[in-house]
Amino acid sequence: MLDKTKGFPLPSSLTVVPGTEAAQAAYPYYTQFSEEDDERFWFYNSMHFPEPMTVFDMVTAEAAYCALGSANTRVHCLPTTLGIDHRIINGRVYIGGNAVTDPAEIARRTEEFQKRAFYYYANWERLYDQWKEKMRVLIEDAKALPKPELPEFEPLEHVHAGRGVASNHYLLDIYQKSLEGYFRMWHHHFEFLLLGYGAYLTFFDFCKKAFPEITDQTIARMVAGFEAEIFRPDDELKRLARRAVELGVDGKFQEGASADDILKSLEQLGEPGREWLRELEVSRDPWFNVSVGDGFYHYHRAWNDDLALPFSALPGYIQKVRAGETLERPIEQLMNERQQLIDGYRELLDNDDDRAAYDQMIGLACRVFPYVEGHKFYCEHWYTNLFFNKIREFGALLAEHGFFAATEDVFHLSHYELEAAIIDLMTSWSNGSAPRGPARFPKLVAERKAAIAEWAKHETPPALGHVPDVIDDPAIVMLWGITRESLETWLSAGEVDPNEIRGFAASQGVVEGTARVVKSVQEISRLKQGDILVCQITNPAWAPIFQKIAGAVSDIGGSMSHAAIVAREYGLPAVVGTGQATSRIKDGQRVRVDGGRGVVTILE
Amino acid sequence: MDSNHIIAWFADVGLEDRLTVGGKGGSLGELTRAGIEVPPGFVVRTNGFERFIQALDAQAPLRAVIEGLDPDDLDAVTSATAAIRERVEASPLPEDVETGILEAHAELCGNADMPVAVRSSATTEDAEDASFAGLQDTYLWVIGPEEVLRLVRSCWASLYSVESVSYRLKHKLPEAGVAMAVVIQQMVDARAAGVMFTRSPTTGDRSVVTIEGACGLGSAVVSGEVTPDRWVIGKITGEIPVRDISDKHIQQIPKAGGGIVEVPLPDDLRKAACLSDEELLKLRDLALKAERHYKRPQDIEWAIDRHTGKILLLQSRPETVWSSKDAKPVAAPAADPLSHVMSIFGGRK
Repeated sequence: MLDKTKGFPLPSSLTVVPGTEAAQAAYPYYTQFSEEDDERFWFYNSMHFPEPMTVFDMVTAEAAYCALGSANTRVHCLPTTLGIDHRIINGRVYIGGNAVTDPAEIARRTEEFQKRAFYYYANWERLYDQWKEKMRVLIEDAKALPKPELPEFEPLEHVHAGRGVASNHYLLDIYQKSLEGYFRMWHHHFEFLLLGYGAYLTFFDFCKKAFPEITDQTIARMVAGFEAEIFRPDDELKRLARRAVELGVDGKFQEGASADDILKSLEQLGEPGREWLRELEVSRDPWFNVSVGDGFYHYHRAWNDDLALPFSALPGYIQKVRAGETLERPIEQLMNERQQLIDGYRELLDNDDDRAAYDQMIGLACRVFPYVEGHKFYCEHWYTNLFFNKIREFGALLAEHGFFAATEDVFHLSHYELEAAIIDLMTSWSNGSAPRGPARFPKLVAERKAAIAEWAKHETPPALGHVPDVIDDPAIVMLWGITRESLETWLSAGEVDPNEIRGFAASQGVVEGTARVVKSVQEISRLKQGDILVCQITNPAWAPIFQKIAGAVSDIGGSMSHAAIVAREYGLPAVVGTGQATSRIKDGQRVRVDGGRGVVTILE
Repeated sequence: MDSNHIIAWFADVGLEDRLTVGGKGGSLGELTRAGIEVPPGFVVRTNGFERFIQALDAQAPLRAVIEGLDPDDLDAVTSATAAIRERVEASPLPEDVETGILEAHAELCGNADMPVAVRSSATTEDAEDASFAGLQDTYLWVIGPEEVLRLVRSCWASLYSVESVSYRLKHKLPEAGVAMAVVIQQMVDARAAGVMFTRSPTTGDRSVVTIEGACGLGSAVVSGEVTPDRWVIGKITGEIPVRDISDKHIQQIPKAGGGIVEVPLPDDLRKAACLSDEELLKLRDLALKAERHYKRPQDIEWAIDRHTGKILLLQSRPETVWSSKDAKPVAAPAADPLSHVMSIFGGRK
């Protein structure tokens, strides 16, 4: 039983860190906790937003919950749940579900759900193909948006063409289209997501009942696809490694050399070097649009914007090519293994009814799962990267006009403030007067930067408010894995072994090694053969360094996360979703990773 | 096989020979046939027992005495059975029975110092019932032919314990049908030993093999003297999601001159896993082989030979706890396969 006396603090008892009140006030009014919020249950979304979020990055939470809510509440009409509200305090995002509990209302929504969701399931392949086309168009539109610029005089050709509309107007146009596109992208993101997870979870629940001790990762392996987009970036690197050897330019890829140096030395190599660089360009668009994070923070950069990660992996792959090893993933073998797994478990079922139900459930799960695996590359990686880079262009323009010192400072303005700053700049440009922003924003940016740093030092409770009697909101269970049991664990935190860190068992095996706590992609060069990678997110973009490490531990992610899938393919023990590995494990400590049990032990 | 043979080697018998070699003997033969290695040995078949008891009966009535007892007169049963057990334990064996056992023992052991196990092997299903006490006698680390002969008689004498006889009297089982075979097999000087189940003993899950083991002889695990290490292995996947390594403070090892002795386990072994992953996977394979052979979940005893590193199965019998429960289907197929998702989206029923 959940010990209510130990319950979670009420939202009203949570205080803004002293000295950061002004920074807290910068977040929109509708995300501030109010008195009525004490009546509800909230939990900290550490899975998606593990660090304090800058006021601009909060647009991701806003756009995502807006789209998730409409899919659940209005589009597919999930019977037992509406959308998810979010609140922000000390840069942390708390979320709470809106459950539907009235049986009559559930019945009414069930009827609607079956007309809508079942149509999606029945026509999944056609609608998913259509989805990919919509995403392609959306991405093309975003790429087509010009760079925001303010010339001193309107270009003559604009005048002679009679364009009529001056350049300053296009700042607003580009900005609003960017923001609109980002909000729209999140609708696409959620168009199939809950239905996909739901079909998977239906099969998952069945397996857990039929085989109470089956591991989550085994069920995941039965459903996982092998040709998902998310494997492509790593596959492209392997291709580039092979091409480097074929073209005879592989000698330029020395361990420890910077990407810039390698690029320069290739240019000087003549035709073979240039040929490789052309191959690189082919791979970069679009596959290097993979983010080194989950794509929710502006500082999660894509390979395209920071070649350090992919280039640090190339020497290792090149060595394997030289040694005659096959780098390509053995798709056919993986497929056979998956089929053996499916058949093996089927055979263990006791009766024909179970076998027939099993066939139906895994049939649906395998049909719908490609979306769950595939959408991330298009949404969280590719599109999000385009969006943040467009905002960066505005940051550069505003910095140039003295609104703040550095391009990246733009992310300390809310999207409303950014629009105001743009209009300020448009106005001053048109009038020939000075913009007002430079007198206003530097102080705010400094204040907010300090607040983010301060907030990061403070722990925040995992949940707030009264625990509901029943947590069966499918969205919350599916996306965050929150159940009565997980809340129990949170409440009893502190009673556990101080040297043990628990998370999701992502990929089996036990390994001991030296922990490398890697907080950003710039640090990956510190990883040595046989190290244990400890990071916030083991993202598929990190896959190329999996060839080097002996195990992986992350703060964020579930057993169905792409990271877990990649770790399993590399046969690497991994524990994900620990919530605290990067804060509790010190760099250089010896640790043991038990990927089968989901336990990391600090050995010294 | 000639039904007059007193001795049968494991390779020559199977479960269908239960009436003459008993359950344990039949099962060891069956495993051997399935290609699973067990410690080599032979069975003293029931006709050895029959010959012995007939000889005793001819000297002075034995079976008639028992059949004449009143099951409610505990004093009479106690004194009568004590006298019979004394006769069984003290009387010499018929010559051909004794010669048969001694020859087989010599063939099995080569030198007389090799330790063996002497184990009773009951012929009836009833006999495996826990209430039919006294029939599970097993003597370990027995050295020398004289000792073997003595303990064979002890096994047979256990059929005349107060509990066994009372049980037969209450169930009106005729004495003529009472028989017992005795298994004699090489002891394994185990580096590690334990038990395993081809389904989870805690949840009944058929997709896992649960292995428990400790350092030294398996007797420490079976008797509960030591908390064994415990692993759960996926039957299909070979993954090892559960590894509970316990603090194994002691181990049992063979004592010079026969029997076993309990000694403290060195510190470096106490908290270390007693099996490697490779050994665990080999055990899983053997468990699956036994399960496939018997076509039902098994409860198995195993040991790893300290000297050869070989994994041997000591026993494999059907799992009974979960198998006797009615397994209800988890779900039924649906006319519309999509409707299964309502178990997730439809809320609590």
